[in-house]
Amino acid sequence: MTDSTPHSSGTPATGPAVGQDEWVARHAERRLIRRGPLAPMEERIRAVPWWAWLTLFVGVMCLLPAVSSSGYVRRVGFDTVLYMMLALGLNVVVGWGGLLDLGFVAFYGLGAYSYALLDSNQFHLHLPAYLAIPIVVVIGAIAGFLLGLPSRRLHGDYLAIVTLFFLQLFQTIATNGDSIFGHNVTGGAFGIFTVKPLHAFGHSLTVQHGGVFAVSYYYVALAFFTAIYVALRFVNLSRTGRAWRSLREDPLAAEAMGMPVNTLKLMAFSFGAAIAALTGTLFASLSASVLPLTFYFVLLITIYTMVILGGSGSQRGVVLGALVIGPLLELLRDPNKSRVIFYVALVTGLLVAFRLSRRLGLIVVATLAFGFVCRAIAGAIDHSWVSGSAPGGLQHVVSHWVIIPKHLAGWVPPVTYIGVIAAALLLTLVHGRLRLVLLPPTLYLAAFVWDNVMLTQPDPARYIVLGLILIALMIVRPNGLLGERRVEIV
Amino acid sequence: MDTFIQLTIDALTLGSVYALIALGYTLVYGVLKLLNFAHGDVFMVGTFIGFGVLQLLGGPASPNVPVWALITIVTLAAMGGCAILGVVIERFAYRPLRDAPRIAPLISALGVSFFLANSMQLLFGATPRTYNSFEIGNGELYFKGFDIGNVRVPLLRIITIGAAFALMVALYVLVNKTRTGKAMRATSYDREAAAMMGIDIDRVITFTFILGSALAGAAGVMFALRVPTTVAIGFVAGLKGFTAAVIGGIGSIPGAMAGGLILGFAESYTQGYVSTKWSDLVVFSILVAFMIFRPQGLLGRADIRKV
Repeated sequence: MTDSTPHSSGTPATGPAVGQDEWVARHAERRLIRRGPLAPMEERIRAVPWWAWLTLFVGVMCLLPAVSSSGYVRRVGFDTVLYMMLALGLNVVVGWGGLLDLGFVAFYGLGAYSYALLDSNQFHLHLPAYLAIPIVVVIGAIAGFLLGLPSRRLHGDYLAIVTLFFLQLFQTIATNGDSIFGHNVTGGAFGIFTVKPLHAFGHSLTVQHGGVFAVSYYYVALAFFTAIYVALRFVNLSRTGRAWRSLREDPLAAEAMGMPVNTLKLMAFSFGAAIAALTGTLFASLSASVLPLTFYFVLLITIYTMVILGGSGSQRGVVLGALVIGPLLELLRDPNKSRVIFYVALVTGLLVAFRLSRRLGLIVVATLAFGFVCRAIAGAIDHSWVSGSAPGGLQHVVSHWVIIPKHLAGWVPPVTYIGVIAAALLLTLVHGRLRLVLLPPTLYLAAFVWDNVMLTQPDPARYIVLGLILIALMIVRPNGLLGERRVEIV
Repeated sequence: MDTFIQLTIDALTLGSVYALIALGYTLVYGVLKLLNFAHGDVFMVGTFIGFGVLQLLGGPASPNVPVWALITIVTLAAMGGCAILGVVIERFAYRPLRDAPRIAPLISALGVSFFLANSMQLLFGATPRTYNSFEIGNGELYFKGFDIGNVRVPLLRIITIGAAFALMVALYVLVNKTRTGKAMRATSYDREAAAMMGIDIDRVITFTFILGSALAGAAGVMFALRVPTTVAIGFVAGLKGFTAAVIGGIGSIPGAMAGGLILGFAESYTQGYVSTKWSDLVVFSILVAFMIFRPQGLLGRADIRKV
């Protein structure tokens, strides 16, 4: 049952409706009944309608510029709203249509580039926003349709490879587009950097106000986000939305029931592509420039992680995913916050795994003791091994516990990094007491690697975190934070 | 004419590298029905293992190790390292998802690919590494060889193409003539039925990953002997390898070889006669054309789905 279906809160089912599988109906009902002391509160929360949630959420988001006057924070907020829009778009294709579209960010790039060509000095076109945005959205939808055409006969894997190649092709065209039959179209590897901000009726939207990121763009993005969210909400409740979900659950059965499978696939593609293109216009007009490498594999994985983390198929979920991952990636850029996040994540992970049991205390004490002993031994052998300074937050606390050498020998990063991965993988294989014994050294090694190897290189480090989140989620909780487990009928 | 011969030799070299990567995809797809996105990054790790071992042996100009031994050791090390990596990936990232919906292992594979590429960047940086193959035996690999008309076919190319074909033939024999190969084919045909017949599915799958990843390692060394390698090559290499597998007919071993060669020829001739920039476009067009007119690929069986 997806979160769109009206809940009959509390009251037990009187019986399955006509045309509804009895077991499925009862199963869904069972899953809704909660037990425990928090159950009444959960029921109460469930009863709040979706538009109330949306209003509350958008209202809180609107307060961000009031809370912080820093241009950086506002810019991160703006980027997060863009991420939320992209996640909503990808959710249509992957979450509802069940189509693995790996060319999604190419449409985002296409939107950004189209807008850049329509409103920049490149061709000296300066279309107002009320013309440019609809044109870009239509271009995006048509491109999605065209890419869908050869793929409509293909199931998952082939579709993935065609769309992924499309992303690569978009890169090639954008990078080499400075000499298409002698014309400079895309500006090549340097991109187009004369893009104008959104403007209409003689007014243009300010990007900067006194050197600080102006809030107008933030509100425009938020307005677009709200519009998309509401529109998709209704699409999901419509015939088409239900047809998409049936397509995702079982394409063969959907076809047998007379669903126009090909049309549905093409529609999902077009919808997703149009939303991505729309988001692209906001991005291009704000940043005043478009570069090919912005729209590549890294962004693709980022958006996928958001959708999967939040729970693909659930609108609330993917928005939550974007809201978590977007700022997280920003925070990991900064060594100060990155270290704090690491230790918070470590403690949270332990809490989730062991709850408040005696074993938790045992492990924490053992890890701390293990660290102090290791550091003391290392310091006694050679003082330079522990005399390094650790940049970033918690510096004084951490440097008394973790070994931080003054100079890191060349072999240390690879050996310790591979060692910590091997130890973590080993931990998933062993059980019982052995696991408890192995856990403290592994944790300590992880802290060592984070403080010495990962902190100094935020860029690969934060992407490694993304990759790990994806793999771990798929194994532990494929339905994400808010996605509902699909009902398997065998 | 000289250009044509030159380009043909290039095409054969490039094509055999693609074919070796494509074989890894095809093998895994055959037994698991899984598109292993991480395969391109296993290939990339292979180029780096080869580089590391080459440095350990004293660099390309090492006087202590004979040329043939140098190349053999480097290749075997890369194959072995990649095989271990492949097995670890299968055990921890794919095996828990074997009975999950099909989209789950695909996304896990994306995560593995991203994780591998960025881990390598974390550890070894983004600078290109070159094997300096010109220095191996004082340019022996480039000066020796034979002539076709005015064109010199260097020894390096002969070794690359020869080794790639030897590996493919060995694989073909292994899959079609041995007991293990029979088990692999049976698993590929119907995993449940194979398990009921007493075939150890886990072992077959592990073995498949060993084979596929080792081929990727060999391809990695062949690739890096020609051009410098970076941590970012995995994405494009994997994409081309998979395209080759699809063109040839996924699941078919001769198909993967044919697909790889087609891709090599298409790229090489486009770069030679048309433009170096647009070869991706040509390859994509070929892929789309196959998707429309022959989705089962050149040598693949038409997919009959049972309900």
